[in-house]
Amino acid sequence: MLQRSFLLGLLALAGSAALAPGAGAQEPNTIKIVSSLPHTGSANAQTNTIVNGVRLALEEAGNKAGNFTIVYEAWDDASPERGQWDPAVEAANADRAIADPSVMAYIGTYNSGAAKIAMPKLNQAGMLMVSPGNTWPGLTKPGVGEPNEPMVYRPSKKVTYFRVVPADDIQGLVAAQWTKEMGCKRVFLLHDRELYGKGIATMYEKEAKKQGLEVVGLEGIDPKASNYRSLVTKIKQKRPDLVYFGGTTQTNAGQIAKDLRSANLQVKYMVPDGCFENAFIEAAGAENVEGTAFITFGGVPADQLTGPGKVFYENYKKRFNAEPQAYAAYGYECGRVVLEAIKRAGKKDRAAIVDACATIKDFEGLLGRWSFDENGDTTVKTMSGNTVRGGKFEFVKVFGDSQP
Amino acid sequence: MTNSEVLVQQLIIGLSNGMIIALIALGYTMVYGIVELINFSHGDLFMLGTFLALTVVGALGLGEPLDGQVITWGVIPLLIIVPVFCAAVNWTADRLAYRPLRNAPRLAPLVSAIGVSFVYMNIGLFWGGLPMEVFNMGTAPAAPKDFTALVSYDNLLGDSNITLTAKEVLVFAVTTPLLMALTVMVKYTRLGRAMRAVAQEPTAARLVGIHVDSVIGVAFILGGALAGFASVIYALYNNTIYFQMGFRVGMDAFTAAVLGGIGSLPGAVLGGILIGVIRAFSDQYIATEWTNVVVFAVLILALFFRPSGLLGSTAAEKV
Repeated sequence: MLQRSFLLGLLALAGSAALAPGAGAQEPNTIKIVSSLPHTGSANAQTNTIVNGVRLALEEAGNKAGNFTIVYEAWDDASPERGQWDPAVEAANADRAIADPSVMAYIGTYNSGAAKIAMPKLNQAGMLMVSPGNTWPGLTKPGVGEPNEPMVYRPSKKVTYFRVVPADDIQGLVAAQWTKEMGCKRVFLLHDRELYGKGIATMYEKEAKKQGLEVVGLEGIDPKASNYRSLVTKIKQKRPDLVYFGGTTQTNAGQIAKDLRSANLQVKYMVPDGCFENAFIEAAGAENVEGTAFITFGGVPADQLTGPGKVFYENYKKRFNAEPQAYAAYGYECGRVVLEAIKRAGKKDRAAIVDACATIKDFEGLLGRWSFDENGDTTVKTMSGNTVRGGKFEFVKVFGDSQP
Repeated sequence: MTNSEVLVQQLIIGLSNGMIIALIALGYTMVYGIVELINFSHGDLFMLGTFLALTVVGALGLGEPLDGQVITWGVIPLLIIVPVFCAAVNWTADRLAYRPLRNAPRLAPLVSAIGVSFVYMNIGLFWGGLPMEVFNMGTAPAAPKDFTALVSYDNLLGDSNITLTAKEVLVFAVTTPLLMALTVMVKYTRLGRAMRAVAQEPTAARLVGIHVDSVIGVAFILGGALAGFASVIYALYNNTIYFQMGFRVGMDAFTAAVLGGIGSLPGAVLGGILIGVIRAFSDQYIATEWTNVVVFAVLILALFFRPSGLLGSTAAEKV
């Protein structure tokens, strides 16, 4: 099923590339929205579920926003060479969206690194960008990332980028607090040396020290290494209670779990939401993470949602005949936000739609009522902790704001 | 763990990783020694081997060893099927992509090899996307795939601080006889003599009646088969495979071949083992961030003092 949808996705991509300037593009009452997400790579399954989320939001609105008919295209920002998002493809996607006068909104990206590339381009062009998955805090929040962030992404000085998912400063914090709650005292930190992984490990480290945890080691791994046995031997000497890895499935989170097992090291293994996808359990081998892996996620798993979230969960299963993965809800939320912005703007004008999006307050979302703050961040701060049981993710608890 | 225990542990890990690198490095060095082609597709051939291995595991329904056993007998068909497959693919690639360019400028077959490497990689991506039930491939085509643990994770040394599993033993048990057999073959058989003759001077070899093209074909077959063995051992040792692994593993092996002296068989083995051990020690005593830098620094140093590699012949024209 997934395979077929992957192929269909490819066909759709090929079709959209061929028909880009085709019929319908210039119709005044038709607005096109696009998404730029990694379809080639381990994130593909997650991406499909996000795209489905967007589709569901559009279908429920009858593909209409106000008087406008909405056309949606799902673009890939990954390449087979990299097996994950590719800076060149992301840049090309942004340029293509800007060049197409019928495109009014850009849903993406999944990876924070990709957002860094698309954000300044789209900002300059004044196009609305809404992300279902970027969690690097520096993209929006001043004073938490690099010194020139986030203004470097806003050449026009205006906020044109919004995200519906809580950022990593909150996730790193929650992960460290959870570690403390589990009774762990000594932690060994690993990261994949990428923006997302290193960022979240840094946030974790800060909070861990505040919580009185002892950080017994910090290493940046080579995500393409064939194994980490030497490193695990080094970890073993430090006798940690928990190993935290800031990284994703694609940067070898699964291999680390196996090497911990081959060194016969009985530790807890905690990873961030970049691993909150079935591909992580598949890559690690279910038996290697059973009950020992702990995964934090910004939001709660779809099957734990209540209220409107529960309705979404049921509708998604009915429509796509599959369980939504972690980020499906954010895809759905993105779709609804974009529709709302277009409806509020009431005209086919990029600037007006961005302005309208910024006014979204007290939005009835899947995680309760939320607003965009002045940086374009959601006010949702709900996080969840999950583990693996019987080869599947199992929800453990909610952190932060409780659900309405 | 005491310091000496750590040292022994890192040596075990370094040697195991190094032996696998050595097997792949032999494929590079053999082909280079004979046709002076850096066969860039070799790493990706190795990757295809791991995918076939996983497919065979799925098709035969192999699982983890029973309690009390350390290895599943299913390993044996893998060690037959995969090397044969890799040898055949490598030989075919030579026939289709390299042989027609034998007399072309040297860059032409090199570019051709890079092309073949992309073809393999895309086959890997496609293969990884085949349905899980038959092919054991998981739901995401490009994601790292778990390779069933046919060899147990249990420590053979019981409660000792040092871990030695059947996986490490398997690496040594398979690679050592292979390396010995290869040495004997190249040194003492007629075919081996013919190979050395072609490596030295193809025209003269042809003049004395050696069928040069079949000798080259044999080099590709042997190199491919070694890559196939490496695929199985790698998959059983690391338990993770993905379609892009060939590039990185191939890079390590190529570095090993150059370090040891490209064209030299013992050199490739020495280079592989050195790189494995240097990586392990660098991870332990320096930092994982610096490991790649350390490896290449050693390579540069070695080439500075011995430009044709540690065991490379010093002849200027032929390596």
